[in-house]
Amino acid sequence: MKIEAIENEIIEEFEIFGDDWEARYEYLIDLGKSLPLIAQSEKSDNLLIKGCQSKLWLKSSFDGNLVNFFADSDAIITKGIAALMIRVLNNQSPSEILSANLDFINSIGLKEHLSPTRANGLVSLIKQMKLDALAYKSQIVN
Amino acid sequence: MLAESKKNLFNHSTIRNDFPILSRKINNRPLIYLDSAATAQKPQAVIDAVDNYYKFQNANIHRGVHTLSQEITIAYEEARATVKKHLNAAHAHEIIFTKGTTDSINLVAYSFGKKYVKEGDEILISSMEHHSNILPWQQLCEDKGATLKVIPINTEGEIDLNEFKILLSAKTKIIAITHVSNTLGTINPIKELITLAHQQNIAVLIDGAQAVPHLLVDVVDLDADFYCFSAHKLFGPTGVGVLYGKQKWLNEMPPYQTGGGVIKTVTFEKTTFADLPLKFEAGTPHISGAIGLAAAINYVNALGINNISEYENELQVYATKRLSEIDGLRIIGTAANKAAVISFVVDGLHPFDIGVILDKQGIAVRTGHHCTQPLWNIYGLQGTVRVSFAFYNTIEEIDSFIVALKKAIKMLI
Repeated sequence: MKIEAIENEIIEEFEIFGDDWEARYEYLIDLGKSLPLIAQSEKSDNLLIKGCQSKLWLKSSFDGNLVNFFADSDAIITKGIAALMIRVLNNQSPSEILSANLDFINSIGLKEHLSPTRANGLVSLIKQMKLDALAYKSQIVN
Repeated sequence: MLAESKKNLFNHSTIRNDFPILSRKINNRPLIYLDSAATAQKPQAVIDAVDNYYKFQNANIHRGVHTLSQEITIAYEEARATVKKHLNAAHAHEIIFTKGTTDSINLVAYSFGKKYVKEGDEILISSMEHHSNILPWQQLCEDKGATLKVIPINTEGEIDLNEFKILLSAKTKIIAITHVSNTLGTINPIKELITLAHQQNIAVLIDGAQAVPHLLVDVVDLDADFYCFSAHKLFGPTGVGVLYGKQKWLNEMPPYQTGGGVIKTVTFEKTTFADLPLKFEAGTPHISGAIGLAAAINYVNALGINNISEYENELQVYATKRLSEIDGLRIIGTAANKAAVISFVVDGLHPFDIGVILDKQGIAVRTGHHCTQPLWNIYGLQGTVRVSFAFYNTIEEIDSFIVALKKAIKMLI
């Protein structure tokens, strides 16, 4: 599935919640709880995303064609947001990931998590996912 | 009953009207502002003073012969006199306008350090200091080859007086300690600490950022050598603050920054510096900030700082009692003498998550390490949720906060 199609799918899911912030956040919290954990032993500092009030770890792998992401956090909302990002960018090619504009965040009422003061690291997470994709892309070129 | 007892002291329907921002809605809920320890809201009187300055008084201070410059110079010096009176300082020239508490501490660390601190000396701070009262001293120690020593605290979050006495030595050049902890709320017994330090001729700097908005501060009675605070936590503008220093120190200390205003005469070979306080106020100062700060002090004094202390203590005691009812909630910092600041954690929940869900309900709290990371290493925590009160907060707001917090916990667990 294309990134944009997944984004639209998520937007549709969130539309059900309307102005109900509680339902929206409960959904996000559930997503956070369902995200597979990264093993404690693997949570090294080089997986840690900087600029978060909560701890957020990101791991990725590449099969030569598509990128896979894994994330974990000690804060459940941060984890829920990471789960959404993974759903959108998982199993995509490095080029697709790099060109994704990820506008869906604004459309699902989570814009505040992109603000610099929130410091939950969503911006840093997106940046790191794209940096990983860039590294894998250079592997293909080489 | 608590709400009843203070109704005569503070008429909240009037007081809250003095603060335009308190009528805002956040996420469609009435704003409940419980983050005054980060920055306090501004009464209309302060906003008007700053507004009036830019509309009708704007000119640069000192030196100008024209009427506007003379008028604003008088107003600026009157602001200094207002601060002097508020702190009960001996002289107006012992009041230096700075950018804020951080700037005041940096000034002393640099200038006092340059003159008096040398290799092998020791500087004493406490475990509960804000980064602003750690880093300037750490830097000074690195530059001079001096050692930073840390006074331990007990589990309640109180200074260990015996350890403090043991740490004092002939090598100790200055002690920098907070009056009120921004995270634990502890009110430190600074008068006692200063007396002990002075018995060994050691100077003491007090970080008063969290104390001045809540307590009566008398620098002469305390016998503090330096006392620092920020206007913005005292309901005044951001970007301006105060360093009080005894003239015996300030006269001997070299300027922190140099430039316009700090001089008597300048040639390319040599500069003679101005007398206090101008020696420490290089460049055009934050004139509107000083004017706004004076307006804030006048506003606070009209309410009465002791009334404020008494009322805020009731808020703190009430909030502590209500928070203690919640299962799995632990208050960090349980000193016998506390200001209106409460830090807490909830078992299994991250402070960030709690902060986000409270914000959705219109409640502003602070989450994270509150710029006291070394303190959290002692407690083995990453941070806390912190609520802090000012006199414009009400018992009803605390009740709403508790309901919202219970909802957050229910959603997150």
